[in-house]
Amino acid sequence: MKTIWFFFQDQVLGMKWLHSLMGNLLSALGLDTSSHIGGSIHFFLYDVIKVTALLVILIFVISYIQSYFPPERSKKILGRFHGLGANLMAALLGTVTPFCSCSSIPLFMGFTSAGLPLGVTFSFLISSPMVDLGSLMLLTGIFGGKIAIVYVLLGLAVAVLGGTVIEKLHMENEVEEFIRMAPRVDLESPSLTFRDRVTYAKEQVLSTLKKVFPYILVGVAIGALIHNWIPQKWVESILGSRNPFGVVLAVLVGVPMYADIFGTVPVAEALLAKGAQLGTILSFMMAVTTLSLPSMVMLRKAIKPRLLGVFVAVCITGILLVGYLFNLLPILA
Amino acid sequence: MEIKVIGTGCEKCGKLYENTLEAVKAAGVEANIQRVEDLLDIVRLGVMSSPALMIDGKLAIAGRIAKVDEIRKLLEG
Repeated sequence: MKTIWFFFQDQVLGMKWLHSLMGNLLSALGLDTSSHIGGSIHFFLYDVIKVTALLVILIFVISYIQSYFPPERSKKILGRFHGLGANLMAALLGTVTPFCSCSSIPLFMGFTSAGLPLGVTFSFLISSPMVDLGSLMLLTGIFGGKIAIVYVLLGLAVAVLGGTVIEKLHMENEVEEFIRMAPRVDLESPSLTFRDRVTYAKEQVLSTLKKVFPYILVGVAIGALIHNWIPQKWVESILGSRNPFGVVLAVLVGVPMYADIFGTVPVAEALLAKGAQLGTILSFMMAVTTLSLPSMVMLRKAIKPRLLGVFVAVCITGILLVGYLFNLLPILA
Repeated sequence: MEIKVIGTGCEKCGKLYENTLEAVKAAGVEANIQRVEDLLDIVRLGVMSSPALMIDGKLAIAGRIAKVDEIRKLLEG
């Protein structure tokens, strides 16, 4: 059983075979993969192919599953839960509902007009970009199953706690009036056949690939640069165990950045190999995917500055806690 | 027949609108096609994933661009 799992983790998700194959191929072409330039090319080609292949497969599978959970349906499911259970359910649904920051306003408005508590909506808003099935598989392939599961569990915890804190602050007045005034409408989602779902999944793969591919190229290029040119000592002294503010730095750099998890992982992978601490890397990834300037501008249309500020503060606090917690847990490192 | 093409004026919504026009022509049905782009109007309709297509008050397509053929079949019902 264990052997099968490791095979799945290293060869299927991690594609170690591709690494050796690319290495041999480049050597056959007369390139020394242990040199700076050869190593960069090796890392770049391997990672671009790996991340792109994972993206195509993962987005297809995930979109197929997601086609069962359109936001209209999530809204109805959430209406049946109360208290902390509703926050937990919102965080879980956030992992399977198709969602990008561009659709956050219609979603926010729909949830609010359905009478869902503000905290539940925010649990969903936090979990949706930060944790999804894609990041679980991607992290398993690159960092191993244990780390991936802990990342997902901690992400869900941040979403549930963050939503609960926002609930307790009673900031309903900080939602823009036009949303509070919107009437409640329950729509029947269109029924889909197996073929509809497959078509939907294919379309999602194409549109995601088009949108995310530039980020993958940039992410992998930065990763290759770190992997082969930046001295280990630098990374260790800035993001390693000797710098107690590594997590803070990672979050400050990550928050304004707009990138997908697929573009972020190659950078994280290279930094980790160069001696950065795992907690620091995880908070970097969470900060990049959860918060970004474009998504904040978008959300500002739906909520007033104070609530937006609280949302950002709650996310940052949660992500910092995750980072430090991870760095303090030596078993996982 | 009342048809609504819903979405905040993004590129995808434009494409769905074009496909709908073509499908209506191909199906040869009598239809009043309306574009809904205002956020508040969209929420009033209860739509949360755009682009979306509503036929006679029923959500027919949500969150994707449907091809002409598919919309024609929906219209011919």
